[in-house]
Parts: sequence; C-alpha cells; structure tokens
Amino acid sequence: MRYPKNTWIAYVFLTPVLVVMAVLVFYPLIKGISYSFTNMNQYNMGSKFIDPSYEWVGLKNYKELFRSFIAPKSVFRDVLIQTLIWTFVNVFFHFTIGLGLALLLHRKIKGRGIYRTLLMVPWAVPSFVGAFAWLWMYNDKYGFFNLMLKQMGLATIPWLGDSFWAMVSVIMVNVWIGVPFMIVTLLGGLQSIPDSLYEAARIDGASSWQQFRHITLPLLRPVAVTATTLGIIWTFNMFNIIYLVTAGGPIHSTEILVTYAYREAFRNWNLGLASTYGVVILSFLLVFTLIYRRVLKSNQEVNY
Amino acid sequence: MQKSNWWVHVLLTIASFIAVFPVLWILSTSFKPESEVFSNTIEWIPQSFTLDNYKAVLTKSNGIFLTWFKNSALIALFTTVVGLVLSTTAAYAISRFRFFGKKWIELGLLITQMFPGALLIIPLYLIVNKLGLLNTYAGVILAYSTTAVPFCVMMLKNYFDTIPYELEEAARVDGLSHFGTFYRIVLPLALPGLAVTAFYSFITAWNEFLVAITLLNQEQMYTLPIGLQQFVNQFNTDFHYMSAAAMLITLPVLVFFIVAQKYLISGLTSGGVK
Repeated sequence: MRYPKNTWIAYVFLTPVLVVMAVLVFYPLIKGISYSFTNMNQYNMGSKFIDPSYEWVGLKNYKELFRSFIAPKSVFRDVLIQTLIWTFVNVFFHFTIGLGLALLLHRKIKGRGIYRTLLMVPWAVPSFVGAFAWLWMYNDKYGFFNLMLKQMGLATIPWLGDSFWAMVSVIMVNVWIGVPFMIVTLLGGLQSIPDSLYEAARIDGASSWQQFRHITLPLLRPVAVTATTLGIIWTFNMFNIIYLVTAGGPIHSTEILVTYAYREAFRNWNLGLASTYGVVILSFLLVFTLIYRRVLKSNQEVNY
Repeated sequence: MQKSNWWVHVLLTIASFIAVFPVLWILSTSFKPESEVFSNTIEWIPQSFTLDNYKAVLTKSNGIFLTWFKNSALIALFTTVVGLVLSTTAAYAISRFRFFGKKWIELGLLITQMFPGALLIIPLYLIVNKLGLLNTYAGVILAYSTTAVPFCVMMLKNYFDTIPYELEEAARVDGLSHFGTFYRIVLPLALPGLAVTAFYSFITAWNEFLVAITLLNQEQMYTLPIGLQQFVNQFNTDFHYMSAAAMLITLPVLVFFIVAQKYLISGLTSGGVK
C-alpha cells in the first residue's frame, strides 16, 4: 500500500464528520430503537417546555405487532405483503426496461444523444413534480388517460379509486421515475466491457444471442447486482411517491411499511408503536444488506 | 447495417415519448384557460393560449409561492454548504490515509446512506421539538444533514480516489504540511467533484418531502413540495395552477440538468454506485 499510515492526522480530518454522525445519526438511532419499548404518544412525548413522561412497556409493542401479524384479518400483514409486491414489481420493471433501453442506447445509432437526453427527463424532473404530473393524468374526469379511453370508446378506469388500479397507478409512476437511473448505471457497465471480447467472439462464430449470454450478461453482473440492490433499498423506503400519488389509499391498499409507520407516528401519534415499525424496517434492510454483501463477495470470487 | 436498425428507433422513440410526455402534458395544461383544462376532449395544444395560471400562482396569497421558493432554495443551499464543508476533509482522509477503524467508518457511512429519513424521523422530530426548532430553517437543515453528510463523504471519497497521489507526494516532499497539501493541491483539483456533489446534494434537499412535512407546519415556512401538495389538497380542482407552479419549479432544474448532463452523469457513475 502506497498510502501513508497516519491515524492521528486521519482522525483530525475525520473529526467533523464523526461528531455529526454521532450526534445526528447514531444518537437518534439509539433513541429511536429505545422508543420502541415505550408507550410514547403526543401527550407524553414532551416539548421545549415540558419534560417527557412516557413509560417503559417492555416488549408490549412487539407483542402487539406479532399478534396483529397472525390475526385472521390484519392490516399490518397486508401492508407487509404490499411492501414486498411494491418492491419486487418496481425493481423488476426498473431493471428489465432499464437494461433493454441501455442495450439499445449502446448501439451505434443516429440520434443516440437525443434519445439519451429525452430518456433522462423523468430523473431530472423533481420527483414530486413528476408525481403531480401523473396525478393529474390519472384524474377521474378530466385526466389524460380517461379522456383518451373515452375517445377510443372504451370504459374509463378508476385509476386511484380502486385498490388494484391504485397499486398499478402508483407503480407506473415509480417505474417512470426509476428507469433513467438504471439506464445510466447499466450503460456505464456496458461501456466498460472491452470491444475486443465481442470481436474475438465474432471471429469464433458466436451469434449475437451467444455474445449477449456469455459476454454481456456475466460482465454486467457486478454493476447489475449493485444497481438492483440499491434499487431494492430505495424502493422499499420510497415514501414520497406513494404519499403524493395515493397517500396509501384507498383504504390502505397502497400502503407500504414506511408510509404506514409514518401514519402511525404523525397521524395517530402512536410514537412508540411507530418506532417498533421502524425497528422492523431496519432489521429487514440490515438482513438484506448482509446477504447482499455475501452475494457481492462470492461475485468477486467468480470474476477474479 | 442502417436498414436493420429501424426497430431500434421505433422502440427508443416510444420510450422517449413516454419519458417526456407527463412533463409536456403539464406544460400544455399550464397555458390553458380553466375552461379548456376541465373539458371533455383532449386538447394537445392550448386553443386559447394564456399566461393567467402563471400570474395567479405568482400572486396568490401575497406571493406565497415565491416564499416557498425562497424557503426551498435557502434550505437546500445551506444543507449543501453544511454537507460539503463538514465532509470534504473526512472524504479525503478515507481516500488517502490508512488508519485504525477505517473499515468500520466506511461501513457506517454506507449503512446510513442506505437507511433514509423514515427511520430517524421520530427521534429527529423529538430533538427538533425539544430544541424549539419546529418551523425553522435550522431544524430542517439539521435533519437534512443526517443524510447529506454521509452522502457527500461517499461521493467525494470516490472523486478523490481518481486524483493521482503523486502530486501530493511531491508537495509533501517540498515541505507542505498535510493540511497545506489538502488545501493547496487537492482541493483545487477536486473542484469538479465538489461541484457535482453539491448539485446532487442540492437536488436531494430540493426534492425532500418526508422531513419537511414533519418539521414544517406553518404555511409561511413550507418548502415547494409541501406547498405544491397544498394546491392539490385545498383546491382539489386547481390542476391548471398546479401545472404552472410545477413548470416554474422544474424549468431551472431541467435546463441545468440537460446542459450539464454529461458532466453530472459521469460524476454519478464514478461516484454514487461503486
């Protein structure tokens, strides 16, 4: 290693960040976890003038969560399933559409720059503006989609009024927003594959499908794994789009864990229970990240 | 080869159309008079072009929209400055030095980058409330720093990695201190990286919604995302105003993004995802 070992200087340079992280991230994180063992609500949470007066309740919140999970009719379980559907469907379309378009953009065609710029638009537009644009297009009476359906003589669709269509609608918005990031990342991956590999394959008489299968896919794997993993974490945590487009409705049908936890905290003011949701979300993502690091490591072993 | 490419163009054209259509649709709506916005036929291009929606948005409730704009801009700007100032030296240290605990610090930064506001929002809300900083810029900037700082460290670290180390070695041999080397040699070289990081940091704060809606509940203090949501909530039918407001928010960002596109994308791919 040619870089100097210099712990003292390194820590001087690191001090500001370490202090900020300790005060603004780790302290609140520990606090947040500890709240999940309390009965905190809006009356006992304290304020600038009043000291907090919430009490420890041990595992009560966790028991309640578990009980509602195994209950015959359970909103919490529905939300959990919706979170998984939401995450899987979104990332699936982000990846497949993103890969398809990246492969097309990777070809040497006329107007590639223009296509690329246009395809980046959903990413460049602030996400809340994108959400509002779709909200307007979904409008029952005057929205673009229903007017279009009417003009074609078809029945209109209750985009945001029906639990199935609301999920479809909000997923379409999130797919629209998320595809550009995938295109950029995968295009970067494709461009880093040396042309000489394809040339050698062509000389050996490999078909385009064989080239794709045996050169493109394996060499793209590390980038693809990283991008989809980040995608899964971001989608799992995606609060804005759901909150802005459907607000979790109708009747919880598009609620995911983070929006549900937020509602529990800042609408129902069950801060203790909401913190328990927070811990559940944290555990999910931690387990996922650990598995992901494993996959990445075994991935590297395959490549080198 | 050109002939067999037609289907590529067809697919890319369809995809590009879907990508830009929602934006074009609100652009079109924003220039329509109310009667045309709420009509039963599709008007692709406004029949009677008007700027009334823009005027209405800018003058509504004593120009509250401009107040929101100012709030958003100041909060995003300060978050970016705080993020960059605090994280630059740390990013440099992680990029250049070997030291005890480096691996753990890197892992910690990665993890905090992955777990966003939704987890920390309750304790942050209570801290900000306790400090009496609800409905202030300071409260929101404080909360934004929790994600902005680790984000800036990661982005900048990856950028520092691309700067050749030989220059610093030479500077050290010539007798510059660690700080001198950092300040005089590395920082000027890292300006493009700082610019890209600043841009993403700014945009993240500009788009943020969850923290803002939790910590700000006075109309005067709203940022644009919350303000825009009020257009939809309060005046459920005011999509023409909303579209005009949306275009005013989007245009500066969109133009900048398209102009600086190449720069920003290469900055992200060498920084963000690695």
